[in-house]
Amino acid sequence: MDTTGTSKKNSVGIVDTRYFTFERLDFRSGKTLSPVTLAYETYGSLNNNKSNAILIAHALSGSAHAAGYYSEQDTHPGWWDLYIGPGKPFDTDKYFILCSNVIGGCSGSTGPSSINPETGRPFGLDFPMVTIMDIVNAQWHLIRHLGIEKILSIAGGSMGGMQALKWAIAYPEMVNSVIAIATSASLSAQGIALNEVGRQAIMNDPNWNDGNYYGSKGPDAGLSLARMIGHITYLSEKHMHEKFGRRFKEEDLATASFKQAFMVESYLHYQGVKFVDRFDANSYLYITKAIDYFDLKKDYGSLHNAFVQVLANFLVISFTSDWLYPSAQLKEIVQALRANGKNVMYTDIETDMGHDTFLLDYEPLKRNISNFLKREFERISRT
Amino acid sequence: MKIHSGVGYDLIIAEILPGTKVLDLGCGDGTLLQKLRDTKSVTPYGVEISEDGVCQCVEKGLYCYQGDIDVGLADYRDNSFDYVILNQTLQITKRPAYVLSEMMRISKNAIVSFPNFGYFKTRLQLLVTGTMPKNVLLPYEWYETPNIHLLTIRDFQAFCEMNRFPVKREYHFSVSSRGESCRIRTLPNMLAQYGFFVLDGEKFTNNHSHSDAYASFSSRME
Repeated sequence: MDTTGTSKKNSVGIVDTRYFTFERLDFRSGKTLSPVTLAYETYGSLNNNKSNAILIAHALSGSAHAAGYYSEQDTHPGWWDLYIGPGKPFDTDKYFILCSNVIGGCSGSTGPSSINPETGRPFGLDFPMVTIMDIVNAQWHLIRHLGIEKILSIAGGSMGGMQALKWAIAYPEMVNSVIAIATSASLSAQGIALNEVGRQAIMNDPNWNDGNYYGSKGPDAGLSLARMIGHITYLSEKHMHEKFGRRFKEEDLATASFKQAFMVESYLHYQGVKFVDRFDANSYLYITKAIDYFDLKKDYGSLHNAFVQVLANFLVISFTSDWLYPSAQLKEIVQALRANGKNVMYTDIETDMGHDTFLLDYEPLKRNISNFLKREFERISRT
Repeated sequence: MKIHSGVGYDLIIAEILPGTKVLDLGCGDGTLLQKLRDTKSVTPYGVEISEDGVCQCVEKGLYCYQGDIDVGLADYRDNSFDYVILNQTLQITKRPAYVLSEMMRISKNAIVSFPNFGYFKTRLQLLVTGTMPKNVLLPYEWYETPNIHLLTIRDFQAFCEMNRFPVKREYHFSVSSRGESCRIRTLPNMLAQYGFFVLDGEKFTNNHSHSDAYASFSSRME
């Protein structure tokens, strides 16, 4: 167990990131990577019959650091700390929570910024194309390494939800249940378009240099712009209006320039600049492509066919104001599951906060996750 | 005003065989499904339009889908269930004929219960006071009622005949002061508070000639 301190209230406390290296991963593209490292964190403890493991799958910009703090002085908890901890929906008093950085990522797992053993230099664009299936296959190695045969639940929002769905389809006998939030069986053309604009922002930055920028100044402006575009898609029109309105930072036209005049501009710039410090531009390209390529309908002939072999029970949640992953796309998943006679709970949660709701402190979401896990854990504990 | 809560639950529970698969349309907070699971060991499923209702179902461990039954049960396969329940909800549906035919397509039995507008107190209220009836069966003011397709037991019988919906059993009832359902055999359309029908999904055939009748009917409804 990584928990060594509990100074922060309802927190898993001080945590550390661990690393697991395995021999090789065969990518769907046909390429192979060897060896492969995954960064991961765990919270809570695995019970004797290893029946309480929950895998948290992160979204585009996430990492293995889902909960807790790195030090007593650390003021930034993990990305889903609101949901993971003692007494929280992913209750670390009851469950063993596991989160790993995706393959192709830049927070400790092997990715384009890692050293290619064949050349002694960072992979850059020599890194294999990554798909959601590859991400899941890498996680599979970690799960088996930890001796877990059946996962109580795999949970994730956005791209994390895609991984959860893929797990249930690819390894049906290993997945007891799935919590899929604000996700899709295939990203909309609009979503792909917005990802592409982000990628173009990076690739058109002269510092990108075809991905060979390691050791020199990277495409910070491009990556920052990509993140700004992303942030627009994560908020609803209403939420953005409530959060910023048309409030000015610099109101006087006499002194105004094309620098940030509105609060919303200043917010986006801040998000963009902050992102550059912790994220690798090539990882952004690879992971957004993995999201774009994800298509259960195409891969299995139809969404109905995709779920035929699935054994898991599902909690599917959409948000009414999410226009990036609209409710209709989650209903489609639910309908395909129902048509296959699978057990599924579905709720379309009323919120103004858009796609990002799953990362915010939102009681209806917490309650549903908490109750679903409680019932699923009871059910498998009976059998 | 006193409102019957859990109307007809006892009759529905008595009707359902143990160990079967049950879908409750408009399942609310899942109380009926939970009772059925506890007393009859059924495998329960629900459809509910409200977010709060679904949340309470999740809490009870019931597989519940937030959706509108009028929009569709189309994704359920034929004969997926032993029973589909539409309890005190028929009069709220936009497309009753469609919902009922879908219920029989996906289930061996369709249990339908609704407030009987032909109940004598309802009739008298309109006749005597000249105002829209408001009572234990119909607890809403006219301007806030969700009921858009109020009907009598006789209306439903004629409706089933017209649409060739095979009726397996009728068991019309009133709710006693102790909250029990009592069967009304004499003049049910006048004396029963609620209509109760079991339709036979196994005998129901959604063939072409039938769907013509259904189509003309449903187009008239809209």
